Amino acid sequence: MREPILELKNVSAAYGRIKAIKDISLVVYPGEVVSIIGANGAGKSTTLMSISGVLPLTGGEIYYDGARIDGIAADLLPARGLCQVPEGRRIFPRLTVEENLDMGAFFRKDKAGIAHDMNRVFQLFPILLERRRQHGGTLSGGEQQMLAMGRALMSRPRLLLLDEPSLGLAPLIVQQIFRIIREINEADGVTVVLVEQNANLALQASTRGYVLETGNVVMEDEAGALLANPDIRKAYLGE
Amino acid sequence: MTIPASRKLWLGYAVAMLWLFALLWPLLGIKPEGLEFADSFALWSTLALASAILLAFWQLKQHGVFDFVSRPAEAVSTVFSKATGRVPSWIWLVLVLAGALVFPLLTERYAQDVAISVLVYICLGLGLNVVVGMAGLLDLGYIAFYGVGAYTYALLSVHFGLSFWLSLPIAGAFSACAGCIIGYPTLRMRGDYLAIVTLGFGEIVRIVLNNWMSLTNGPNGILGIKPPGAYWWSDGKIEHIWLGSLEQFYYVILALAVCTVVAVYRLNHSRIGRAFEAVREDQTAAELMGVNTLGIKLLAYSLGAIFGGLAGAFFAARMRFVSPESFTFIESAMVLAMVVLGGMGSIPGVILGALALIALPEVFRGFELYRMFVFGGVMAVMMIFRPKGLWPAKRMGTRSEERD
Ligand SMILES: Nc1ncnc2c1ncn2[C@@H]1O[C@H](COP(=O)(O)OP(=O)(O)OP(=O)(O)O)[C@@H](O)[C@H]1O
Ligand SMILES: [Mg+2]
Repeated sequence: MREPILELKNVSAAYGRIKAIKDISLVVYPGEVVSIIGANGAGKSTTLMSISGVLPLTGGEIYYDGARIDGIAADLLPARGLCQVPEGRRIFPRLTVEENLDMGAFFRKDKAGIAHDMNRVFQLFPILLERRRQHGGTLSGGEQQMLAMGRALMSRPRLLLLDEPSLGLAPLIVQQIFRIIREINEADGVTVVLVEQNANLALQASTRGYVLETGNVVMEDEAGALLANPDIRKAYLGE
Repeated sequence: MTIPASRKLWLGYAVAMLWLFALLWPLLGIKPEGLEFADSFALWSTLALASAILLAFWQLKQHGVFDFVSRPAEAVSTVFSKATGRVPSWIWLVLVLAGALVFPLLTERYAQDVAISVLVYICLGLGLNVVVGMAGLLDLGYIAFYGVGAYTYALLSVHFGLSFWLSLPIAGAFSACAGCIIGYPTLRMRGDYLAIVTLGFGEIVRIVLNNWMSLTNGPNGILGIKPPGAYWWSDGKIEHIWLGSLEQFYYVILALAVCTVVAVYRLNHSRIGRAFEAVREDQTAAELMGVNTLGIKLLAYSLGAIFGGLAGAFFAARMRFVSPESFTFIESAMVLAMVVLGGMGSIPGVILGALALIALPEVFRGFELYRMFVFGGVMAVMMIFRPKGLWPAKRMGTRSEERD
């Protein structure tokens, strides 16, 4: 069996006294696209924030690349190849598109490599090249999502955590975003953890999936199997 | 403008004038000898009449009565602004700098004294601008670093006879240390909490200066601080002189202010400056991008403190005397007001803000008793009409569809 790139062992996290996730265990292998689906408030974003080190754990362990990372400061993880595109994009509204992308490479010193990756981002999202002198806050929602993804790619991640990339976007843009997710997974070899409300789309783009319910993992399977599961279809695919 | 709109306008005006009277009368009319109406009524009616005339003119202008004047004037001004827009900005810089250089040759003591204060406050404003404008940390105790710088030079000069130029970097370093010591516990807080805690620390520094008799001589202050020295060619040999005259002080602080402007400009356009802004915009997102947010805030805080400390050292040399009274909360508020009034994050804005807040009260000396009243009124009006400051920072986006 291959070594997992990410492994959560019985992870719990809480906001004050509110326990948001309880005993979550999941594994992600290199090269996979793994989706986490679940209703509002199931704890999907909390899981990602715990992995990124923004939210301290109340229990459990997280391993990335064979090393334990829970308790490590959040700002050290991008340099190790773990980057998150947070829910609601959270680009820097008063920095230009170019400066936003530069912020993604904040910890990097290799000028040539940064320029190369910036070109790659512009190749993936040509609209960003057109808008590169514009302030991030003046972009449309779809463009902001692209910028947020581009910014994360600037850190040259090996594991990318995406929190609801389709949030509030028109179907056509959503398709484009998912096409690019597949491309960075296949062409650039980036492992992806995908959190989505849009379970149908997410599972179609994934190799495996986890279903979260009120802070617990209630099901895990191959994406195809989850898509075929009648319970899942009823609960998350609106049938 | 239609009649109902006009009626609404005048109604609002009447209410505003009544409110003004309600505000004015207690200020002027309540006296130990008893209540008095004549004085305040006279002043109020002058104000009311003047503003009514202004309002009427404005209304006429809205109706286009003055079009025959404003049309040509507009044409002239667009031509003018096009012409000035074509002049590269470095020419403006050179002009301003040249103006600042010849300033003492054209003016007398009073104006020079005011100019020195303005320049000191420009240094302070730019320093605070790093903290408040760039990094978005509301600091209400900034003047503490000014105090640390001033006392550092005062003590070094009086006890060790160290020269101003040697003490300057030491004062900057001490202020930076003070910034780290104060910042480390406080910068974990956000927003309002940070403001209150920095306010507290600012007061603590002043109270320590006031009570540490053996070191600071308490409220009596420290006397006998030396002015900056320099080596100058005279009578065929190089001699050491004291830069003690007002013009010499002016040039020293001008040099310090120019260095501060250059440093803050470079910082603003550096990677670190961008990280400051990223942390201000969205702390969690910055953290996810690998920015050590506490470290960056601490850096912004202590860089700001350095500029305050340098200005403080100059202040001590200029006054030849320091006492804790110079570092009260009102000074912090003043510097903060400059930054906000001028435009947060904007270097020319902060310079304008310092000019406005130091020079305007001097201009209003003619109003004597009502000086602060007029000053407050002008500030309020400026904030209503230019809420982003006199010269807002460029980082203000409009949505794309708005622009097209
Ligand atoms: N900052 C916070 N403070 C307190 N409680 C929070 C906070 N953030 C989230 N929660 C709570 O934690 C639980 C899980 O929230 P989380 O954001 O992880 O849900 P989610 O699965 O991402 O939902 P959605 O699909 O709506 O984004 C919710 O009950 C939520 O109310
Ligand atoms: Mg969420």
